[in-house]
Amino acid sequence: METFVQLVVNGFGKGAVFALLALGFVVIFKATEVVNFAHGSLVLFGGYLVVATRETLGWAGAAVLGVVSAGVLALLVERLLLSRSRLADPFSLALLTIGVDVIITEEIVRRLGVSLPFIGDAWDAQPVQVGGVTLFRTHLVAMVVATVLITAFFIAFRYSNWGVAMRAQAENKEAAALVGIRSSRVTATAWLVAGLLAGVAVLFIATQDFSGAGLSRGTHSIALAAFPAAILGGLDSTAGAIVGGLTVGLVDALSTHYVSFAFAKSAVFLVMLVVLVVRPSGLFGTRESTRV
Amino acid sequence: MWWVRALLWLALLIVLLALPLYLEAQWLRAGEYMMVGAVGAIGLTLLTGQAGQLSLAHAFFLLAGGTAYTVLAGGQEGERNLVGFNLPPLLALLGAVAITALLGIAFAPVAGRLRGIYLGVASLALVFLGLYFGQAAEGLTGGTSTGRAPEPFSLFGFEFSNEGDLEILGVPFRQSERVWYLFLGLLLIAFLLALGAVRSRVGRSWRAVRDNEAAAAVMGVSVARAKAGAFAVSSAYAGLAGVMTVLWFDILKPDESEFGTYGINVSIAFLAMVIIGGLGSVPGALVGAVVVNGLPQVLALYSTKLGWFTGTGEGAFTPVLISSFVYGAAIILVVLFEPGGLAAIGRRIAGRLSNPARGRE
Repeated sequence: METFVQLVVNGFGKGAVFALLALGFVVIFKATEVVNFAHGSLVLFGGYLVVATRETLGWAGAAVLGVVSAGVLALLVERLLLSRSRLADPFSLALLTIGVDVIITEEIVRRLGVSLPFIGDAWDAQPVQVGGVTLFRTHLVAMVVATVLITAFFIAFRYSNWGVAMRAQAENKEAAALVGIRSSRVTATAWLVAGLLAGVAVLFIATQDFSGAGLSRGTHSIALAAFPAAILGGLDSTAGAIVGGLTVGLVDALSTHYVSFAFAKSAVFLVMLVVLVVRPSGLFGTRESTRV
Repeated sequence: MWWVRALLWLALLIVLLALPLYLEAQWLRAGEYMMVGAVGAIGLTLLTGQAGQLSLAHAFFLLAGGTAYTVLAGGQEGERNLVGFNLPPLLALLGAVAITALLGIAFAPVAGRLRGIYLGVASLALVFLGLYFGQAAEGLTGGTSTGRAPEPFSLFGFEFSNEGDLEILGVPFRQSERVWYLFLGLLLIAFLLALGAVRSRVGRSWRAVRDNEAAAAVMGVSVARAKAGAFAVSSAYAGLAGVMTVLWFDILKPDESEFGTYGINVSIAFLAMVIIGGLGSVPGALVGAVVVNGLPQVLALYSTKLGWFTGTGEGAFTPVLISSFVYGAAIILVVLFEPGGLAAIGRRIAGRLSNPARGRE
């Protein structure tokens, strides 16, 4: 029973982090219909800046800088590359982000070299006792942070001008433009938000508690699990991203314990395949219909 | 001007046939690696370019093909519990291609229901399954630590290895020279079959599905069958490339992480080949393979001569790293400036040469 409680808390802790990443995907997809394959490299970039600056700025300052710069990098990718090719279809733009991902990832992995730094200084490897059960502090903090961020996101998405503009654009791009919504601004903010979320996520991923491995190419692979999370829930559903993220986290934690560490990586994708066969647009995604 | 083009292709073929007489073994191996990439890239350009189905699963089919060949051609090894069927290598190669084609068809129920990006991510799942399979099925793959040596290819008693002495025009023909001709033959077959498919009814149905599924269905194309067919053909090509991969490395060794010989990076490299070459273009896939698979090899060979990239360990620029930068940037540039890839540039040059007036308009 005790292990099971630990596993579920682990699962939700990991799931909260995956939900942050998946939400980023979904926000970008809703605004632009582009799937951002460069998400993993944004994660690495944020983490790398923490490593590079924490000696001078202290961990907290470095963490803030890392989060902000992941957001800025996402913004730059959108402004400098994607917005320049407005005629290209979302499919080609997704391919373009693969190119971006290769370059950023390879450069950061080169800079990291053989060092695999852990970057969750404030919460990593400090277990907490709750009612006789030992829990990872990283997962608890991740759950709190994710809850706060996701709630803030949904409030903004529902009530702020940006949220309304964003939903309008997702609904109908031309109509949104006609009523005076600046498409470029909505798109740019979507990328900024996704980048910030990725920057927060890496502070939990590259820890001993979460992955047992420091910032490296492996971090990029872990971030890839946000793909099944976003797809599971439905690429155009923000609520789906949260459900997908938690599902992926739970599947990962349970299958690591009950089957094997090697199987856990593919278990997440297997669950995604099963869901896709039953519901091709994910659990909460809008079904595509074809008009002739 | 079809005959000019035919003459150019013929000249290229003659050059390729003559190269082993002049090149050293290491350069031949670099060329062979490009041919491995070319066979796989042709398969992917048919699927992604012609039929419009994004696939990141190419590396999985590579692993499946390589494993199938090694198991079918290999012998039983009791002490390591390795499974083997001792089939003649040619049969094992054909079997491997058939098995990967069937695996492609097995994925069709999933592929048929998904579109565009959903399919791309779903196909990513296969790479992860392959990673687990490579580690778990040690009886087939030999496991990640030691791997498994494949049976060298042989055809009607002629061995594509260092066995026996063979000399042609004073040049000793050892493994690298022999494998060059084997790969060239396989590539030629793969290339001609792909051209045939593109120009025939099959290719037209793929393009119809790519451009508009509803319209294709109205015209009488069975959309599900066209998609499944494209997946089967593409995975068969990847399977053949997988057989060539294990023959080239002389070992089947599954990866320990997502980054390796059959990892996501390989799927992305194949995607880079077909994007750089121009989506859907079969000759373009060849050029893309030369760029993406050739560059690291050629850089590595030059660097040992010129003393580049001597740094190792932390922060070193390796040939593989430089090539990744180059093809990453090439993908971005192609999407931004020339969505048709090198094939479109080639067509424009050919158009200008055959009709100079048009170029000055």
